[in-house]
Amino acid sequence: MITKEEVEHVGWLARIEIDAKESDAYAEKLNSVLGYFGQLDEVDTEGVEPTYHVADIVNVFRKDEVTGSMPQEEVLANTEHKQEGNFKSPKIM
Amino acid sequence: MVYENPDGVRIGLEVHVQLNKLNTKLFCGCSTNYHDSEPNTHTCPVCLGLPGSLPVINEKAVEFAIKIGLALNCSIVEQTQFHRKNYYYPDLPKGFQTTQYDYPIAGEGKVIIEGEDGEHEVGITRAHMEEDPGRLQHMGSIDRSKGTLINYNRSGMTLIEIVSEPDMRSPKEARRYLDKLRSILDYLDVFDGDLEGAMRVDANVSVHWGERVEVKNISSFKGAERALLYEIMRQKNHIRRGGEIVLETRHFDEARGVTISMRTKEEEHDYRYFPEPDLVPLRVADWVPKVRETLPELPDAKRERFMKEYGLGETHARALTTEIKLANFYEEVASKVDPKDAAVWVSDTLKGELNYRELTIDAFTVKDIVTVIELVTGNKITEQSAVEIIRTVLDDGGKPQEIVEKKGLLKVEDDIVAKAVEEAVAENPDAVADYLGGKEKSLNFLVGKVMQKTKGRADAREAREKVLAKLKE
Amino acid sequence: MAAWTDISGIRQKIADSSAEEVTASYIETIGKSKINGFTTLSDEAINTAREIDTNGHEGPLAGVPIAIKENISTKGLSTTCSSKILQGYVPPYDAHVIERLKAAGAVILGKTNMDEFAMGTSTESSHYGPTFNPWDMDRVPGGSSGGSAAVVAAGEAPVSLGSDTGGSVRCPAAYCGVVGLKPTYGCISRYGLISYANSLEQIGPLATNVADIATIMDVVAGYDKRDSTSINRENTYSDALKDDVKGMKIGVPEEYFGEGIDEKVEKAAWDAIGKYEDMGATYEKVSMPHTKYALASYYIIAMSEASSNLARFDGTRYGYRVDGDNWHVMASKTRAEGFGDEVKRRILLGTYALSAGYHDKYYLKALKVRTLVKQDFDKALANVDVLMGPTMPAPAFKIGEKIDDPLSLYLADVNTVPINLAGVPSISVPCGLADGMPVGLQIIGKHFDENTIIKAAYSFEQNTDHNKARPPEVA
Ligand SMILES: [Mg+2]
Ligand SMILES: [Zn+2]
Repeated sequence: MITKEEVEHVGWLARIEIDAKESDAYAEKLNSVLGYFGQLDEVDTEGVEPTYHVADIVNVFRKDEVTGSMPQEEVLANTEHKQEGNFKSPKIM
Repeated sequence: MVYENPDGVRIGLEVHVQLNKLNTKLFCGCSTNYHDSEPNTHTCPVCLGLPGSLPVINEKAVEFAIKIGLALNCSIVEQTQFHRKNYYYPDLPKGFQTTQYDYPIAGEGKVIIEGEDGEHEVGITRAHMEEDPGRLQHMGSIDRSKGTLINYNRSGMTLIEIVSEPDMRSPKEARRYLDKLRSILDYLDVFDGDLEGAMRVDANVSVHWGERVEVKNISSFKGAERALLYEIMRQKNHIRRGGEIVLETRHFDEARGVTISMRTKEEEHDYRYFPEPDLVPLRVADWVPKVRETLPELPDAKRERFMKEYGLGETHARALTTEIKLANFYEEVASKVDPKDAAVWVSDTLKGELNYRELTIDAFTVKDIVTVIELVTGNKITEQSAVEIIRTVLDDGGKPQEIVEKKGLLKVEDDIVAKAVEEAVAENPDAVADYLGGKEKSLNFLVGKVMQKTKGRADAREAREKVLAKLKE
Repeated sequence: MAAWTDISGIRQKIADSSAEEVTASYIETIGKSKINGFTTLSDEAINTAREIDTNGHEGPLAGVPIAIKENISTKGLSTTCSSKILQGYVPPYDAHVIERLKAAGAVILGKTNMDEFAMGTSTESSHYGPTFNPWDMDRVPGGSSGGSAAVVAAGEAPVSLGSDTGGSVRCPAAYCGVVGLKPTYGCISRYGLISYANSLEQIGPLATNVADIATIMDVVAGYDKRDSTSINRENTYSDALKDDVKGMKIGVPEEYFGEGIDEKVEKAAWDAIGKYEDMGATYEKVSMPHTKYALASYYIIAMSEASSNLARFDGTRYGYRVDGDNWHVMASKTRAEGFGDEVKRRILLGTYALSAGYHDKYYLKALKVRTLVKQDFDKALANVDVLMGPTMPAPAFKIGEKIDDPLSLYLADVNTVPINLAGVPSISVPCGLADGMPVGLQIIGKHFDENTIIKAAYSFEQNTDHNKARPPEVA
């Protein structure tokens, strides 16, 4: 069972602000889903390898050849928060 | 001599090396040549992490990584896979860093450094590939800034993170390790260490065999030594005052030369690593023999060979093999003049003059140093003149032969010196009498007179011998 | 424009009149639409059509209008995944499929509505409001590519592209009575598709008939060096358009007719299988015992990947932004306001499933179960040519019916998610009505054997009238 405190911690890990009022409601909904996920405990996976990729391919590369970059104007076109060619954000800490 | 490590210091280093000699970034075709460019001009959907963009691995980057692994005597993994390291920071445009996790491309290895008590082995824990984040510029200091400017030109550059065992026992050993690493990487021609951000260091430091502290944000080798000296002193003082060292991360403030504690609570990381679904596994076992063939002779081997082949002493051999360019330069010179003379003139004189001017060996030609060495060893010019020629070439340009002529540096003929000696003795009877009466200093006066008469072109040692001989007559 | 014109009909109309007139008539139809299927119309559509009229175009889709799901990047045309957090985001580049469509002469009409970040089965969680099912405006069109299915069903576009992570093409195709294909993983480049769960999803076409599906596949499928999971393999999909299932072996997984299945849906599916027998195919029942665990496995994997894929939406470079005292606060507030409830729940669950202490219990376990589900497919498909069953266990539900109960919404995907776990191809075709709402038959094939399922679907279409049924609005 995920607790209210865990919900808040996971919210911080995921950078989603959750206030104390919301965390109860979240905990309830998340627990119903986690309860459902719990049924996987029934499955015997002893010796079973995980499947990360369905396509059984390896070694896909590109050559070390320059294909070009975007103009600065285009790079910054989707934000108003910029200064002298940089993206601008609030201070970090 | 055995170094007993009286303070129980253990230092381990994590070095991020930027493979800036690749043409393109790790996962996209953006050029790596951004160092003198405007912000955000070397970016594309992939290295900006734009929605929908996908990474594709630069084959050459993998080859470089294997090469580095082999040069550090590491085992190379058979199959690996990139992982996502999830954490939030504005320099990470995807909200995760694509890196390697449980199967780094290079496993355990080692390098030999010149330690406190002779040769000392530093274990390599692992070396893995990852992408560089963008660059943040705090508007003000990190803790009191008004805002942050973000430039993603650096984002997606290939990094090799080389993690060492805590095998270094002093800041000096740490510095030697870093120098050695740089030397090896320099030999491999995988990076230009002079470019900004080419090598960045995080250190783990403990004293009295105690808990380790991580020091981040060290941007230069000099900085590393200073940061370590400070941190060791800080830990020792803290313990002396009855304090306890706790596992924490500290930030090196280069300007003030101190380490500052970063908050520990929120730094408690949970990176939620998992394999990057957008990339397929790398099976590189087959590449290893081929890459091994491309490995050049490395610094240790070259040093040994220089000692054996050219009869050099350890100090000269070491000094001449640190940088590959210098080593190659030396070998060319040694093929034309006596290798020992070449070592003295290249390693002691030329390198000294270059260092003083913060120049590299590129500032001088093999042909010129060979000319200078031949002039000296052929007894045509004095050693002082040789040094003067080297300095003149570096400061004003020109060819050694021209400088010799222009400055009239050719040594004067013997009979001219002999004549000058005769005159000096004849013209200064008081000095002669003083010398014969036991006043040693008068000899210098007479030699000075000879040098004056020959306008300095006589060899001072030779002049002295000739005056002595004359006085004994 | 008369509704439900197929690609060859449109090409004929273009020859008779002009590409501009064809495009204009679709835009007119869209203008009168009540279903809220489109989110953004392209200003360029008419110009593109006009250019094709002026300069001519040799491409197989010259002048053919197409609708594109909100999560496929279109240069210069808003692409938001129907999320507030991507409000105002205009991609500076085209997805691979868009490049290919443009090269083939297609006219991009606009973007279609979807569940926010493709997380849903109903297209109700969109920032643009819900899309309505053209068969019954009180019902959902399915999801997450609800807009792409609804606009085709409503005659607002002849064909469209959707994306299918756990059924997101096939579910709305089934609910709206159109054809939808989820290709084999690696068949179509994902370059430019905004990721929800990258190890599971594929772009897929929707159309009113199987031939158009094959035509679109011939254009958009194929190798792309920008997608490392793209498979280099030549295939002509329209070669499969043959009415011939004689001797075809069909496997019917009993688990796809499990608990909770609607009786009328069950009957429609069995009737379809019976029809195949009439057409010369044979069937046998097969068992895929891990099907019941596929849902949990799928959701854990999808949410885990999503929690990471959606990390980039932090307000720094594009999209919505709520200011804060420092960057972390800004990001947390931006994400709290910018994402809808279901997206936040999935990010939180995915973060949890990957976090220290739970990684093995949830994420790793789900991947092991994925292996078992995949083995079920390998075994079942070793003896038969295709697998068949109902796409969705029940017809489209009422708008608002499940929105507050995420789990009940997840359970609707029971027959579609195993296919994504295994990476095999699957097509949904109309196979009848249940209480006036369309029912979809799902035909599943072996890896990269799209042609067999296309042939099976095409033959069914040629021998039945199901795809002639029209929603009341269109009829
Ligand atoms: Mg690192
Ligand atoms: Zn790039």
